[in-house]
Amino acid sequence: MFDELIIREGSVRNVTGPDGEVTGFSFDSHIPYYRGLGLSMVEVPEVTVDGEAVPGEDLRFTYNGVTRTFDELADVTDVRWELRTFATITVLRPGGLAPGEHEVHVNLRLRVSYLPFISENRFTRRVTVA
Amino acid sequence: MTSQIKRGVSLYSYQHEYVHGTMNLEDCVAAAAKEGALGIETLGEQMIPGFPFPGQADLPDSFYSWWKDLMAKYGTTPTVHDMFLDTKRYRGRLLNHDEMVDSLKRDIRHTAKLGAKGIRIIVNTPPEVVESAAPYAAEHGVWMGVEVHSPYSFEDGWIKRHLEVAERVGTDVVGCVPDMGIFVHRLPRVVVDRALRDGADPELAREIVDTYNSHGDSQALFDRLERQGVDGVTLGLARNGIHMIAQPVDCLREHAEFIKHIHAKFYEMHQAEGTDYWHEYSIPYHEIVPVLDEIGYDGYLSSEYEGNRHIEDAEPVDSITQVAAHQGMLKALIGEEN
Repeated sequence: MFDELIIREGSVRNVTGPDGEVTGFSFDSHIPYYRGLGLSMVEVPEVTVDGEAVPGEDLRFTYNGVTRTFDELADVTDVRWELRTFATITVLRPGGLAPGEHEVHVNLRLRVSYLPFISENRFTRRVTVA
Repeated sequence: MTSQIKRGVSLYSYQHEYVHGTMNLEDCVAAAAKEGALGIETLGEQMIPGFPFPGQADLPDSFYSWWKDLMAKYGTTPTVHDMFLDTKRYRGRLLNHDEMVDSLKRDIRHTAKLGAKGIRIIVNTPPEVVESAAPYAAEHGVWMGVEVHSPYSFEDGWIKRHLEVAERVGTDVVGCVPDMGIFVHRLPRVVVDRALRDGADPELAREIVDTYNSHGDSQALFDRLERQGVDGVTLGLARNGIHMIAQPVDCLREHAEFIKHIHAKFYEMHQAEGTDYWHEYSIPYHEIVPVLDEIGYDGYLSSEYEGNRHIEDAEPVDSITQVAAHQGMLKALIGEEN
């Protein structure tokens, strides 16, 4: 649910490091669920760029101004990803997205206690980078 | 004869508008009240930011006094708090019994402070956790009702164990909250249409729908399609045919003493020829409400709109109109006069 907010429209942008070089890209993301969940229950998402899978260790999750790896996120049991708020997911990728069209696909996976399986929530967005 | 059944809304119904920022908590209460649905059911972790984790301080008194003013402003009554139990909160292990009881005690305090009468117990809550928390709930004047939600039914062993707890501790403290999604007698169109838009095989989709609607063997069909290796979307639709259930409406009669509250789940309200109110496509409310009347049910029918998430990719979601139509139907079936 709220599929289109998994990659919020207009939020995909390249990010630069301290030296001004492009280190990757990021997008804003809403939890694809009808209630907030503790960050520990957000599993490593699947992210693919133009069909190419991004390794989980190259992903960062920023919420309330704190940036963490997904491995670190798994121990954050006292912060809830609240509805109506956006986290920023950053993909570390030297050079970021080259100018032109790209297809970004995200499967946000949640550990929902009453489901016997992992909740998978997919969305694909075509974006144009200037 | 006027029915004793009361109307309400679960704010779950307005989740799309809430998330997209077009309605806030007060707007949701106002929308329900406008339809005369005066019983308000809430989800703490949905529209009450800062709802505490177990072990954290409760919400401040200022929140609860704001909430009471809100209820007074719209003439609404808090009915039920929907709790959740994050058994998978920690990586690598499940919550233990004491942690689960602790989580439920937080919900009991919250419910009492809201001024609500009951808690919807999410179905993954073990019966022994409910039993351990029962004295605390009684002390706070709150009942607990396990949700009877598909694929579980009254016939399921897990639900039976919950109802045995009710028998031991008393049905004034423990009971159940049937979700009308146990009476899906036609596969919801919105679910089928979404699968077709996502690329499900139209021929197989028709077979899945026909099998489900004629109470055929959906499990055998699923197994066959899985063996055949059909695409994931079509297989997903077939899985819906197993997860959704169509219990006989009579089962409400047999469990009358335990029913504390009702989730009046619906997927799609649509205009029906020859009647002056809209109908729900998949759930036979015209059969359900008379049974509830007959057994003297005097609780709430809490509208729970779930079609939103199945149409969001294709058309604007309008939860206000859908809930209003559902309330219009309930009003007609209850025989409310005004």
